[in-house]
Amino acid sequence: MSIKVLYFASLREEIGRGGDVVDISTDQSSHSLSVEQLWVNSTGQTHFPDNLLVAVNQEYTNPQALLNDGDEVAFFPPVTGG
Amino acid sequence: MQAEYQTQSMQGQTKYGATANFVGTMRDFNEGDDVQSMTLEHYPAMTEKQLNIIVDEASKKWPLQNTLIIHRVGEIFPAESIVLVAVWSAHRGAAFDACRFIMEDLKHKAPFWKKEALTTGNDRWVEENTKGY
Repeated sequence: MSIKVLYFASLREEIGRGGDVVDISTDQSSHSLSVEQLWVNSTGQTHFPDNLLVAVNQEYTNPQALLNDGDEVAFFPPVTGG
Repeated sequence: MQAEYQTQSMQGQTKYGATANFVGTMRDFNEGDDVQSMTLEHYPAMTEKQLNIIVDEASKKWPLQNTLIIHRVGEIFPAESIVLVAVWSAHRGAAFDACRFIMEDLKHKAPFWKKEALTTGNDRWVEENTKGY
């Protein structure tokens, strides 16, 4: 399955790119992939930061949420608009 | 243009007695430092979705005639407006409360991020919003 990953703001600068496309082979995807596993896979970091926010298909979710083929996953720091 | 259109859409309506507006404006200081300009980044598709969720929640809590949110992105300078929240309702209580609710929820949930350019030449991301309540 293929997942589109986006990074925003300070996280985008730290990682050095705005996003990734993560392709997981069919064998691997027979096990469900969680947001947290995707984070490890796409960034190479082992730890999911405490204050990191995540959205799947533009809606907030948690690191344990399971992903589906074609999902858009965004990682970003606390929001500071307004 | 959007603001003008939305305001006009309330013209001729006779069911609202209260309009509450909040405008957020850029300061030239933050955390003790002089700020020269600011760049606002956002996540476009999610911003729209999230703002709609916030307005839907407000509409469930209070009887609202109409709402309007405008938020700037890109480069902004001191004394310029950053955000407008406007709420129309039959009575002031609902208008004030809903306007406050939408603004606070926007600050905590809408995916915008500010990067400040200081007068010293340094840049820094704003790490968290100040508490509203």
